[in-house]
Amino acid sequence: MEQLLQHLVNGLVLGGTYALLGIGLTLIFGLMNVVNFAHGEFYTLGAYAAFGALALAGLPFFVALAAAIATGALLGALCERVLLRPLRRESIDTVMLVMIGVWIAMQNAELLVWGGVARSIPHPFPTAPLTLGPLNIAPLRLFVMAAAAGLIGAAWLLIQRTRLGTAMRATFQDRDTAALMGVPIGRIHTITFAFGSALAAAAGALLGPVFLAYPSMGDLASLKAFSVVILGGLGNLAGATLGGLLLGVAEELGAGYVSSGYRDAVGFVAIILVLIFRPAGLFARAERIG
Amino acid sequence: MIVRALLAAAALALVTAPAWLPSPYHLHILIMAGIFAILALSLNLLLGYTGQLSLGHAAFFGIGAYTSALLALKLEWSFWLALPCAAVASGIAGWAIGRLALKLRGAYFVLVTISFAGVISLVSINWMELTNGPLGLPGVPPPDFGPWSLRTKRAYYYLVLAAAAFTYLVCHRLVHSRIGRALVALRENEPLAESVGIDGTRYLVLAAVVSAALAGVAGSLYAHYTRFVSPEVFLFTYTVTMVIMVIAGGQGTLLGPVIGALLFTALPEALREAVAWQWQMLAYGVVLVVLVFFLPRGIVPSFERWQRRRAASLR
Repeated sequence: MEQLLQHLVNGLVLGGTYALLGIGLTLIFGLMNVVNFAHGEFYTLGAYAAFGALALAGLPFFVALAAAIATGALLGALCERVLLRPLRRESIDTVMLVMIGVWIAMQNAELLVWGGVARSIPHPFPTAPLTLGPLNIAPLRLFVMAAAAGLIGAAWLLIQRTRLGTAMRATFQDRDTAALMGVPIGRIHTITFAFGSALAAAAGALLGPVFLAYPSMGDLASLKAFSVVILGGLGNLAGATLGGLLLGVAEELGAGYVSSGYRDAVGFVAIILVLIFRPAGLFARAERIG
Repeated sequence: MIVRALLAAAALALVTAPAWLPSPYHLHILIMAGIFAILALSLNLLLGYTGQLSLGHAAFFGIGAYTSALLALKLEWSFWLALPCAAVASGIAGWAIGRLALKLRGAYFVLVTISFAGVISLVSINWMELTNGPLGLPGVPPPDFGPWSLRTKRAYYYLVLAAAAFTYLVCHRLVHSRIGRALVALRENEPLAESVGIDGTRYLVLAAVVSAALAGVAGSLYAHYTRFVSPEVFLFTYTVTMVIMVIAGGQGTLLGPVIGALLFTALPEALREAVAWQWQMLAYGVVLVVLVFFLPRGIVPSFERWQRRRAASLR
């Protein structure tokens, strides 16, 4: 029982960051129709930006986090303007190939800059775990969970409560009508991609200190983000949040009770099963995907 | 006319390659190009003729490699029995994935194929008793041909060349048959094709099975050539390399994947001498982006168009 609770808590820590990744991707995928295989690379970018700001520039931890998020947003905006905007009329497969190219190029650029050795990112939290009854949780993990929850809340407010969010939702529902109503589609696309990339970078900067930063860390992050999007349904923010938490908990339980070697298989199996049996996602009220 | 002469010269050059290539290293590159040509041709059946992108193609390659290596090592089967078994095992995997995933299209099909490759790769790492885990299976025996062992690079080159020619013929026959026309019809307009009585799922699954089986053949050839199989055969890099070869050469053409395979096996080796290895994969990514931007239809279709235009201006 205590073990189960411990697994659940660990799963929620992981799940919070998966939710961040998933929300970023579900916005990009749903709104722009871009199958963004480079999403995990923005996660890697976030981890390395935090590492660079902390270990090389000597910035305080929270400033480094903000710097990592800003780096993700900036590079995301650049990527959209340079590569995606000229291809907006191309087929989804063409754009997907370009994003695969970006993925390979970014990952190997990171390998070039930082080398293949895994880096540990320093953090100011005490390493002794907090004990809450039967549970042990490291203060860093608690902070990761809280920060992820805060960012998810901020994303939700942005999408649901602001003028910009309304424009984004309108673009998702019907791009042409939104354009006719005066929504600047080009700018919405840039902002969406930058915002999604910033969330991925935030996930990387938060999870980097928990684990390690290494150049290929984004591969699994991409696949997990896709699992979350598929679990939650395309363009479904609440679905992505729930899907992320679900995936994190399922992985923890799978690693704890089945086999730690197959931890990463949970996401793969989730993709296969959900796409075959419930292609609209677990939480969809209506069919969204043709 | 010129094209015919060029093709004949290229065929002659390939058949006589061991005689004029300066070193075994160059022959090795050509052998790898041959194996990749089989892979690219098999991927092209799906990507080029049905329009469905399989990003799990390395799984079929790896299943073929492991099947062949395990049969040769554990049961001491001859290569000539292990090779068709590898094709059958990969073909069955292709059938299963086709049946399950070809209800989906586009990005969703891609995701299922990636996930399938991910699961298979994790199995190869974790099923220690069967696959020896990350350590891999060393000592896969080279094939015999009657009393001769195909241990030398020169002999193996002709084996791979024959297999590549066989694959090309299979693809040629398939594409120019009723089945090939049905696949193209489905790619261009699925509802219209189905309305004239083409069973979409059946033909797509058939293409997936043939494609996977051919990738399995390539896996078997790879295993008995390098004589070592490890979970690295499932690396996503292999899949990406195949995709680049098909797109760059020209998807939906028969010659395109072959030219792509030759070019993109030789290019990294040429880059290896010019730039440090870290830059190679970076360059790969950039080349892929540039190709999509400037040569979206690939080398062979662009060449054909140029030929037609020249012919028209001469007339």
